[in-house]
Amino acid sequence: MNTAASVREPRPALDRETRLKLYKLMVECRYLEKRAYDLFMQNLIKGTSHLGLGQEAVAAGFGAAMRRDDYTFATYRGHNHTLVRGVSMTKILGELMGNSSGLMRGKGGSMHLTSIEHYMMGSYAIIGAHLTIANGAAWSAQYRGTEQVAVCFFGDGTTNIGAFHEALNFAVIWKLPVVFVCENNRYMEYTAIHEVTAVEHPAADRASAYGLEPILIDGNDVEVVYQTATRALDVARRGGGPSLIEAETYRHGGHSRADPGKYRPDEEVKEWLGKDPLPRYRKRLLEVGIPEDAIAAIEAEAQKKIDQATEEARNAPPSDESIAFQDVWADGGVAWRN
Amino acid sequence: MAELTYREAVAAGIAQEMRRDSRVVFLGEDVARAGGVFKATVGLLDEFGPDRVRDTPISEQAILGAAMGAAMTGLRPVAEIMFSDFFAVCWDIVANEIAKTRYMTDGQVSLPLVIRSGNGGGSRFGAQHSQSVENWAMAIPGLKVVAPASPADVKGLLAASIRDEDPVLFFEQKSLYATKGEVPDGEHVVPLGQASVLRRGDDVTICALALMVPRALQAAKILEEEHGISATVVDVRSLVPLDTQTILNEVAHTGRLVTVEENPRLCGWGAEIASIVAEELFWDLDGPIVRVTTPHIPLAAANNLEDAQIPNADKIVARVRELVD
Repeated sequence: MNTAASVREPRPALDRETRLKLYKLMVECRYLEKRAYDLFMQNLIKGTSHLGLGQEAVAAGFGAAMRRDDYTFATYRGHNHTLVRGVSMTKILGELMGNSSGLMRGKGGSMHLTSIEHYMMGSYAIIGAHLTIANGAAWSAQYRGTEQVAVCFFGDGTTNIGAFHEALNFAVIWKLPVVFVCENNRYMEYTAIHEVTAVEHPAADRASAYGLEPILIDGNDVEVVYQTATRALDVARRGGGPSLIEAETYRHGGHSRADPGKYRPDEEVKEWLGKDPLPRYRKRLLEVGIPEDAIAAIEAEAQKKIDQATEEARNAPPSDESIAFQDVWADGGVAWRN
Repeated sequence: MAELTYREAVAAGIAQEMRRDSRVVFLGEDVARAGGVFKATVGLLDEFGPDRVRDTPISEQAILGAAMGAAMTGLRPVAEIMFSDFFAVCWDIVANEIAKTRYMTDGQVSLPLVIRSGNGGGSRFGAQHSQSVENWAMAIPGLKVVAPASPADVKGLLAASIRDEDPVLFFEQKSLYATKGEVPDGEHVVPLGQASVLRRGDDVTICALALMVPRALQAAKILEEEHGISATVVDVRSLVPLDTQTILNEVAHTGRLVTVEENPRLCGWGAEIASIVAEELFWDLDGPIVRVTTPHIPLAAANNLEDAQIPNADKIVARVRELVD
């Protein structure tokens, strides 16, 4: 992959603990999303859902690199990003199922996972909006002097909406501690991004318009993501301003529940399944001398967690209907008149 | 008491709150160094410095997104959208994000922020810089909507809006910026959700907002002096929360309601008040509810054309006389 941050300087090898953490986060994301898919097929999850299967390395790499109080802003494809901040699988599955065990007890749904106590500041379902909102959190951190960084994840399709460009310019001129991460999975929804974009690399090729370094990385290599994240977070924390990172990746499924993804050439799908970040990293762990037992233990533990979470979420009662009529206002109520 | 203009009261209200709370910050286009295109924020940069009073690019989505992100992480931002017509280019942040986030997150997120905006006609700016859009905001659950008519209310309601834990859209009528009025000395705060009864009569209750308030008062004077009709005038002040009780009490006394709106006719705020009064006070009414509005057409730029469109005292007098006579 041609660039920038990925080849600029030699990378120190990661320690064993970090490597195992990266693998654990990816495995948990994978099991969560596969289970979400299965529960949809069983009609236990309604509405829609946008799975991050295949894109786990981006979430895990950043999740491991971020400080506990750094802010995450994600899109509707945000289950992975929520999980890596420490939110329980039960609360995520519960929200997808829309019952009392859910993170928002069913008031938000799959596209709006938010957990303020984990600094997971929301999953946003209108393309582009949350880049501007991440700027606000970064401005607040800058004003309060907390050295927190806001990290904002979005898809390749977002690079063609106005808010993307407004947010980048704004972040640069105010030198905000924000890291913008484009997960380029090659398709906006059903249309290939290259068919609707003026440049080859939808985010990286726009960076220079805002005086930013183009950073294009292999988003399926979790260590590359982790190292790039660490650097960008450090720059932002030290007052060096924003970064724009384009992480090339691929979603294994369609855009959403309703989409089988048939518009993608078989050859392309096959090629990218060959670059699946999980088996790829598993192989590398073995190569660097991590024993099979340690890896298998992570997988067994994640399996146990997802099975337990599934049971807890499935068995939770529906939310009380009274909560549908609460919390429009700060006083907890919904009254607009006296 | 000091006499201030409506525009001076804006700066006075923001300054009062910035002095007492370091979490209050202010951003918008041309608001800092230039003091605002309507000169409503002159002096704030000098007093509070560039960390708290910030000029932005012409990027309405970025401005409101920044306000939202700051509000959800501990600040109390005031953002300016120069002309309320420009809400059309950033309505996603207002209607989808700011308005709904507390609800969608099951109450996890508070958004104590204020969006100030120059609203309404009478300044000959044409169809894209003259609209009254407070009814757009009123249609979205989760937004408080305030529109003051006097300098005292500008300062007091702005202070209350900044202290409020919920997002407030604060509509300043552009043609009122130069008007003057007495503003109480010292800390001045006017609670949201309280209509103000400006005069009491026996024959008809006129409900008005912003620029329509002085026109309704003028109409009431003409009605009394020239036609022997005594009118109550209610300044609604806040559409959300709406002080329904004051309106119902005043209409119950006079038996007649006339609303005076700058909004174009369809779904203007007066329609909601008319509906409430019809539903809850029907048997006390002595005649039909009358809405005086701008017709359902875009605003023209030329003096005489715009004046022909927006309600004024003569039009109010004519409609009240039809109702009462």
